Amino acid sequence: MSALEITASLSYIVASCLFIVGLKMLSSPASARRGNLVSALGMLIAVVATLVSQGMDYHWILVGATLGAFAGAFAALRVPMTSMPEFVALFNGFGGIASLLVGWAEYHRSLSLGAEIPFAAALPIYLAILIGGVTFTGSMIAYAKLAERIDGKPTLFSGQQIVNAAILLGVAVCLVAFLAAPAGPYAYWCVGFAIGLSFILGVLATIPIGGADMPVVISLLNSYSGLAACAAGFVINNTVLIVSGALVGASGIILTNIMCKAMNRSLPHVLFSGFGAAAAKTGAVYEGEVNPITPEDAYYMLEAAQSVVFVPGYGMAVAQAQHVVRELGELLEKNGADVKYAIHPVAGRMPGHMNVLLAEANVPYEQLVEMDDINPRLDTVDVAVVIGANDVVNPAAREQEDSPIYGMPIINVDHARTVFVLKRSMRAGFAGVDNPLFFKENTRMLFGDAKQSISALIAEFKTA
Amino acid sequence: MGEFILLLFTFVLAIFLGFELISKVPATLHTPLMSGSNAISGITIVGALVAAGATDSPWLSVVLGTAAVAFATINVVGGYLVTDRMLAMFKSRQGGRP
Repeated sequence: MSALEITASLSYIVASCLFIVGLKMLSSPASARRGNLVSALGMLIAVVATLVSQGMDYHWILVGATLGAFAGAFAALRVPMTSMPEFVALFNGFGGIASLLVGWAEYHRSLSLGAEIPFAAALPIYLAILIGGVTFTGSMIAYAKLAERIDGKPTLFSGQQIVNAAILLGVAVCLVAFLAAPAGPYAYWCVGFAIGLSFILGVLATIPIGGADMPVVISLLNSYSGLAACAAGFVINNTVLIVSGALVGASGIILTNIMCKAMNRSLPHVLFSGFGAAAAKTGAVYEGEVNPITPEDAYYMLEAAQSVVFVPGYGMAVAQAQHVVRELGELLEKNGADVKYAIHPVAGRMPGHMNVLLAEANVPYEQLVEMDDINPRLDTVDVAVVIGANDVVNPAAREQEDSPIYGMPIINVDHARTVFVLKRSMRAGFAGVDNPLFFKENTRMLFGDAKQSISALIAEFKTA
Repeated sequence: MGEFILLLFTFVLAIFLGFELISKVPATLHTPLMSGSNAISGITIVGALVAAGATDSPWLSVVLGTAAVAFATINVVGGYLVTDRMLAMFKSRQGGRP
């Protein structure tokens, strides 16, 4: 090892430590921002160490890095907070394709140098390509669904499982053939097929998944993008790739697990059932009388309330209502009420989606409460205000055994003295189940655009 | 093969460390966690730099490597910037509010 190589290896250790410390600082909102900077510093060290460690031609690196830096910075500074789910999906995909390209480039280089490709190099090359490819096209489909470029509903066709099985078989056959002779005459064909098959597999794995299940999918793809980086690390024998890829992989797996638990579903059920496509037929449809109210009536009840809990859902993001919600919350606090925001783990289209929107609107994070903390306290709450959420507050999950969402943990807003539901009209939610909450005695429906309804309430407070 | 086993060992330990670290991240920070870990997965840029810059790389590897550098840089730069933007918004009740 030359002195430069040793310095580089030591720098990789420092970089890995900085990633770990950075993630650790993410355990509190107070230190999280500095943690992100620490992590970025780790990345900078890893990049610089790589650039100086060996004789390199910087020509093309400069081209690629300049393009990437501009595109990345432009996107990151422009993206609105409501679009974070599709942004993260897109970026997962970029991580995946980068790992695929690294695997392919390294394979091509080894071949052209006439170097022997041992099993310990061939397997990671194949895995980097496979996982990277699945992550890429899977993320592109997830992006298109989240950005509503394509229909968010699950796409199912007959024989889908057979096609999937055939592709998996193809992947396995190529793997065996490739490992048998990684530098042999057919090996490049295997790599080519693996790229094609991984692309198809990514598409087929994501199209049967419906919009409401997207939090699971993005978490899973997040994990894949880390594992792809890991595989690339094994290809070039680099520990910093392996450590950081593994951290990201673990993070994605934990989030996937939390999301699945919050929906009371198993991962295979989310991935393969096409949930939502058939639900409309099986779910019970409730009938009853709803109690619509005007903003004025709602104002009188809120004005008298001692404690108010807001329960936001994806509808709040769609209506861009987070700022007016915070304004109403502040008015209520001035009026002497205790105000909290209760957030279900799968509210929105990605983990933590609602928290970011409310943070953007300047809601202090102490006011954001998790489902398990708010549920025991809900029967002491005067008014629960449901804004664009449906399934996560649906009592059918608790009471109706034949409901498709039965068993899913929900925020028990119906236990509050009064529930306001802000809803555009009487339409079934994303899972296609009607919500018995709307017919409960203590529920009041405030129909209309969420933003306009809340603005009307604010106006009532201000004129009073 | 010995080196491979050592790398595998590192990998397994890092997975366990990842589980310990990430399970302590509160739900309220899950979106920044995802975008931040996205930026970290851009570490694949190290591999991309080698492919694009190594003097013994054939032209196809340089092309693939350059594309990989571009994608990974998008991930790194965009991921850290957007995470910083998001985390700057999380404010406590005491101070920090405009």
